[in-house]
Amino acid sequence: MSIRLNVVDRNGGEHEVDTPAEGSLMEALRELDYGVTAICGGMCSCATCHVYIAPEWGGKLPDRQSDETDLLTELQFRQDTSRLSCQVQLTAQLDGLRVTLAPEE
Amino acid sequence: MTIETQDHIYVIGAGHAGGELAFALRQQGYAGPLTVIGDEGHLPYQRPPLSKAYLKGEVETPSLYLRQPAAYEKANISLILSRRVERIDRASKQLVFDDARTVNYSKLALATGGRARRMTINDAARAERTRNFHYLRNIDDVMAIRTRFEAGQRLIVIGGGYVGLEVAASAIARGVQVTVLEALPRVLARVTAPEMSAFYEQVHRNAGVDIRTGVEVTGLDFSADGELVSGVHTTGGVVLPADFVIVGIGLLPNTELAQAAGLSVDNGIVVDEYAVTSDPDIVAAGDCTSHPSAFCGRRIRLESVPNAVEQARTAAASLAGKPKSYDTVPWFWSDQYDLKLQMTGLSQGYDQFVLRGVMGNKSFTAFYLKDGRLIACDAVNRAQEFMVAKRMVAACKAFDPVALADETVPLKTLAGPVQAAAPPA
Repeated sequence: MSIRLNVVDRNGGEHEVDTPAEGSLMEALRELDYGVTAICGGMCSCATCHVYIAPEWGGKLPDRQSDETDLLTELQFRQDTSRLSCQVQLTAQLDGLRVTLAPEE
Repeated sequence: MTIETQDHIYVIGAGHAGGELAFALRQQGYAGPLTVIGDEGHLPYQRPPLSKAYLKGEVETPSLYLRQPAAYEKANISLILSRRVERIDRASKQLVFDDARTVNYSKLALATGGRARRMTINDAARAERTRNFHYLRNIDDVMAIRTRFEAGQRLIVIGGGYVGLEVAASAIARGVQVTVLEALPRVLARVTAPEMSAFYEQVHRNAGVDIRTGVEVTGLDFSADGELVSGVHTTGGVVLPADFVIVGIGLLPNTELAQAAGLSVDNGIVVDEYAVTSDPDIVAAGDCTSHPSAFCGRRIRLESVPNAVEQARTAAASLAGKPKSYDTVPWFWSDQYDLKLQMTGLSQGYDQFVLRGVMGNKSFTAFYLKDGRLIACDAVNRAQEFMVAKRMVAACKAFDPVALADETVPLKTLAGPVQAAAPPA
């Protein structure tokens, strides 16, 4: 099944993206021409898939594991709403998820 | 006579650098015809999982692709796959394919990558015709290997570098019996300190891998019908029975096309800090290039995904007329068992090794200093310290080795704070 993501790119442009409810948020964002680089391919090793999750959605995601937190802590552009999109699995419950792409470090 | 070519940019090489370069070109604003040519029958894909999750059968081929097919259509990027370029004629700005077809380019990007270094023993050519002797560079290599990845199968891995060790770890996870043969006195000899080699040898031995260092392969045994390698001979007169063999002994850059076209080649296609070759209409990126490193103060050739991606973007910027120099500090990662190893800098030439933490805890950070300056760092299961170390290594400055080793002082204190920035409005 398909869910809708509301993605804000690095220029503030808003996009509606339909994507299957499977895989990671990073894999969906990687397909976009304004998307994330995801150098390590989702291995939680590079922090180039950095996004901000809209506050109303934060509580609906599983908590960060320690590796993700470790990487996020050291990012210049970290915010409280920061997540590594490779660590966010897409499910039907995330239909409508609003995310903003973080600036590149 | 002027050759008038319509705008058409060709990218030779559909690997990680080639794929990224094409999309980066679109992001940079190039809207004209754009074609990526690759000799494999696959969309551009990432190779790291070939020795890890893909080898273990945990993920399938489409998950390796950098982007799915629809992204190429949407970005109007044409693909010519399973096709080789035989020759570049720079005078007429023409490419000649292996089927004799020709096209004209306005600008060219070379992302030809590298090929697995082959064994040179007498039996190697015969072994390459068998069904169970494999190099490991491509999806097709791994598809062939996966059928043998079963509990109880005896695997000989020739080469104790990152590829060999990752293959060994993946094999153990599948119940395969593994022997690793490394010619040098220790594994990872060219890229890490003896202390790190010893750590990894111990980890692999604890996991059940038979690691033999200082051992060369002298010959191979074959089955009666010649279809299979059945054994590996090593120095010391040892014969090891084998159900299959995987060789990971290095990479040779694919520079032949560039060389034949008269481009400057020296341990890679020579490019400047803008990824431009000796021909102003041709750029190159990735494993195939030799480029200047401000960080190292010399030319280097890097075999890493971060280099492929970041150099591809630099090459695209140059092609789009918005040159931006490439001077990122090298970094790399390797996953074996429950160990996440992240590295930054280049340790060759170091004169001091500083350990922060206890290796036995499987969480530690190793620093390499040269004349007092920090030149590289290996972090094992220390993702946060790795991120800090990246900044420290990039700073190219001296650090007190006693402070580096002192875990009571957070590493970020030594490094100085990250300049936390608000995102642009």
